[in-house]
Amino acid sequence: MISYNFDYKVASSMEEAFSMLAEAGDDASFIAGGHSVVPAMKLRLSEPSTLIDISKVPGMSDISQDGDTVTIGGLVTHAEVASSDVVNNACPGLAECAGVIGDPQVRNKGTMGGNVAHADPGSDYPGALVAFGATICLASASGSREVSAEDYFTGLFETAKEDDEMVTAVKVPASSASAYAKFPNPASRYAVVGVGVSLNMNGGSCESASVGVTGAADHAYRASGSESALAGSDLGDDALDAAASAAADGQDMMSDLAASADYRAHLCGVMLKRAVAAAKARA
Amino acid sequence: MGKLVGQPIKRVEDNRFIKGEGKYTDDFNMPNQTFAVYVRSPHAHAKINSVDTSAAEAMDGVVKVFTGQDIADAGLAGSICGWQVDFKNGDTMKEPPHPIMVADKVRHVGDPVAMVIAEDKYTARDAAELVNVDYDVLGAIVDPKAAVEDGAAQVHDDVPNNTIYDWELGDSAATDAAFENAHHVTSLSYHNQKLVPNAIEPRAALAHYDANEDKYTLYSTSQNPHLARLVIGAFVLAIPEHKLRVISPDVGGGFGSKIFVYNDECGCLWASKQIGRPVKWTADRSEAFITDCHGRDHVTDAQMAFDADGNITGLRTKTYASMGAYLSNFSTCVPTYLHGTLMQGLYTTPAVHVDVTAVVTNTVPVDAYRGAGRPEATYSIERLMDTAAREMGMDPTELRRKNFIPAFDGVEQPGYQTQVALQYDSGDYETNMDKALQVADYESLKATRDKAKSEGRLVGIGFSTFIEACGIAPSAVVGSLGARVGLYDAASIRVHPTGKVTIHSGAHAHGQGHETTFAQVVADAFGIGMDDVNVIHGDTENVPFGMGTYGSRSLAVCGSAIMKSVDKVKEKGARIAAHKLECSPDDLEFANGAWTVKGTDKSVGFGDVALTAYVPHDYPADEEPGLDFASFYDPANFVYPFGTHICVVEVDKDTGEVDVTKYVAVDDCGNVINPMIVDGQVHGGVAQGIGQALYEGAVYDDDGQLLNGSMLDYTMPRADNFPMFETDKTETPCPHNPLGVKGIGEAGTIASTPAVVNAVMDALSDYGVKDLQMPLTPERVWSAMNSNGNA
Repeated sequence: MISYNFDYKVASSMEEAFSMLAEAGDDASFIAGGHSVVPAMKLRLSEPSTLIDISKVPGMSDISQDGDTVTIGGLVTHAEVASSDVVNNACPGLAECAGVIGDPQVRNKGTMGGNVAHADPGSDYPGALVAFGATICLASASGSREVSAEDYFTGLFETAKEDDEMVTAVKVPASSASAYAKFPNPASRYAVVGVGVSLNMNGGSCESASVGVTGAADHAYRASGSESALAGSDLGDDALDAAASAAADGQDMMSDLAASADYRAHLCGVMLKRAVAAAKARA
Repeated sequence: MGKLVGQPIKRVEDNRFIKGEGKYTDDFNMPNQTFAVYVRSPHAHAKINSVDTSAAEAMDGVVKVFTGQDIADAGLAGSICGWQVDFKNGDTMKEPPHPIMVADKVRHVGDPVAMVIAEDKYTARDAAELVNVDYDVLGAIVDPKAAVEDGAAQVHDDVPNNTIYDWELGDSAATDAAFENAHHVTSLSYHNQKLVPNAIEPRAALAHYDANEDKYTLYSTSQNPHLARLVIGAFVLAIPEHKLRVISPDVGGGFGSKIFVYNDECGCLWASKQIGRPVKWTADRSEAFITDCHGRDHVTDAQMAFDADGNITGLRTKTYASMGAYLSNFSTCVPTYLHGTLMQGLYTTPAVHVDVTAVVTNTVPVDAYRGAGRPEATYSIERLMDTAAREMGMDPTELRRKNFIPAFDGVEQPGYQTQVALQYDSGDYETNMDKALQVADYESLKATRDKAKSEGRLVGIGFSTFIEACGIAPSAVVGSLGARVGLYDAASIRVHPTGKVTIHSGAHAHGQGHETTFAQVVADAFGIGMDDVNVIHGDTENVPFGMGTYGSRSLAVCGSAIMKSVDKVKEKGARIAAHKLECSPDDLEFANGAWTVKGTDKSVGFGDVALTAYVPHDYPADEEPGLDFASFYDPANFVYPFGTHICVVEVDKDTGEVDVTKYVAVDDCGNVINPMIVDGQVHGGVAQGIGQALYEGAVYDDDGQLLNGSMLDYTMPRADNFPMFETDKTETPCPHNPLGVKGIGEAGTIASTPAVVNAVMDALSDYGVKDLQMPLTPERVWSAMNSNGNA
């Protein structure tokens, strides 16, 4: 488990990080917690010429709330999200999601920005971020921009992020009736299927719902058929069954040692029901 | 129970381990050392056309590149098979060569083709990618049963139909007759799947040839340094044994996989002499997946016959056992003498027949892995028992009770002669099961299960009442069965002038806690403290010739050697004490650390006697100075631990996930020296067995590629997969060794796998699911539940 040779640089500011990146060229990579970059390097599946350590860059390590929007800096660890009072109050589903990523060691080192930049199809955050209507904040030497999570995750390890951009933060709208349910890969503990659900409840009835699914297809997606089935319902068995059976609609389910495509599609429905039940209980 | 023996003394070795201060092979370094990386085949089966090392050799920092041709040119034989099992017709088994590196044809993914040696490990790793091997890829064979078919890919040219041997044990005619007359027959077919050992420390070697002394030193991750020295010296590299020192320092887990003398380590020794510098090699995890010997890989059909009252009348099994691509040291005895001989189980089955065909396949070699043959036997018997009970409408405990061998202590009552060669030493199986039923509160468990089922929840209870043969093994017996080694052990006790004691143990410890248990035994024997005793192991120049640690043998065999040395110390000590007390040794008794003249208060302490032995100013005539004895112990029989394991599971109806909610293990390993260590062995073993039942298994595609060769894909069980294990014990002493001990290292692994699968089958009993193949993954369980119109 020895990587190829590489250079290692530590950036002390965002500007320095971008200039280091420009100088190092196409094969360079940012590194923060290292839980996406390093395993691939150790298996020699990835060969960055230079690692630019951005973990010391100021301004990306905080969680803050402004009105209905929670902003999570790119360097915030999964453990910090999971234990944050702000996140647990404003968007409990996101805290729940962070708390089931990997294991304690992963959660103590892995970061929001690194996770979102890497876009592993089995990663947990994308399902929650898509469901909760999050916005991905990107910056480069030439400026910054924001992309909705739904538009950001585009394919297998593919995102709307350009090579010269960094994920600086993620903005998540408050959603108290939110939840994340996961069926973990028993070996890697990545999500075979993870479903984030946010409900807009009015008394016992669901005015609208937002459903994000990760792990099942090559990238996280919104399950619009499920959302329609839940919206306007009292979340009774019929609505839940309809939402569950629509959770994989229109998506190419992945198939691997942990789950065939058919089983994955089934799990999408099961996890959806569990997430809805948990979200409803928080409404 | 003594002052220390029987007490849960904390492990003295844990002080260094929990601080991360153990010293493992990779922690050792030598001046001027180099680093080796093996170039391994990416193909399961391919002809080598050429190996171009020029680019690698041209790289800065590369010292030398050796290839399989260099090994062939040197005339080296490679590692050997240590157990001969002949064909039914008497022909000698096929024994294809297993060279250190191959020159002509690769036979599994991971087969070594070349070795790159460089100034540092990074350069070696990079240069290994520059070795250009031109292959013609051949068709591969993976399935053990399909391997014997005509037209299957031939792994070795001189092994027709890939068959190493066929073998049988038991009375075939009597067994067939039992089946013909049976009231009920229960049948199962299963793949006892191939397992990757995954010891936490990968294998490693630090090899050095010292030209001045014409002497080799090998630091290595071995469970048995003397066995390694014997095999390497006498067979692989032809090094005179007094010129080869093997040191096994701290070793991070073995589970069997570090018994074997691997070619990789031998290659480092050989290369060290060629280049005149020390060579270090440390496997990485990916390499461990494709080079450490795997376990199990039996494809078996098993049937049990019953009369109308539920008495077992016959058992027969047919197994195709994969050896992998080459014969590892003890591969051949695992499916035969460690598997077929256990098919009596705990039952009075009057007719047993076991048939085994051993085959080579294009997969990583297979050899002993925690339990080694006995888990496979137990799986057959115990899965048949619970299945038969369900089919016949009997409680699984009643079916067992009806068929148990009656209690016998091996002293007043003779040992129990099985239908499959072994004679059990002592056993009380029904008492043990009753204890387990009481600990588990079986009646209440059944009520809980039935209530859950009435509520639509899938709860199941599974049993495993097992026996194993360990304390391996009487040399003459195993020799008559084909073993090419003896299986005694050795230990010396050196009493120092101040009365402190060093034990030199032939058995190596890599998780077993010998430094604690051996010290407990000896400290009690001499009436001294734990702190007064030290245990040395793992260095062929510092300990007597022991056969190592495997087969749950350390305490039963090496512990017995220790006790022989204890007796010798006590006998000589008594003579010295008698001299000091001016009496006859017969007048003395030894207790509480002193020899006392019987019926008086005249005594002399252990320390005084020790000092006298080394400062023999006033000393018995004709007595040698010193108090230092070595002993060898060759066991009279195997030892036969047994037990009852009860597993409770709940299956998630929606996902098929299996949750082990309760696990009770009541083991009988004879007398217990340290109950905490026994519990720890049971915990680890049970975890490993549950791992096989629910999570683990090497998955190969038809091309022989290992699809789950990393921790991302190969599921190792973790602590959060388990409930708190509940352990208890019965104690039926072994009648034939001095400590009355039986061994516990493998019991949990042997017992737990069928208990878990039985529990799942019980949970699914309303779904018409007759059987499931391991591992019982959520998808397999869910698919089975939903394939019979029972969604």
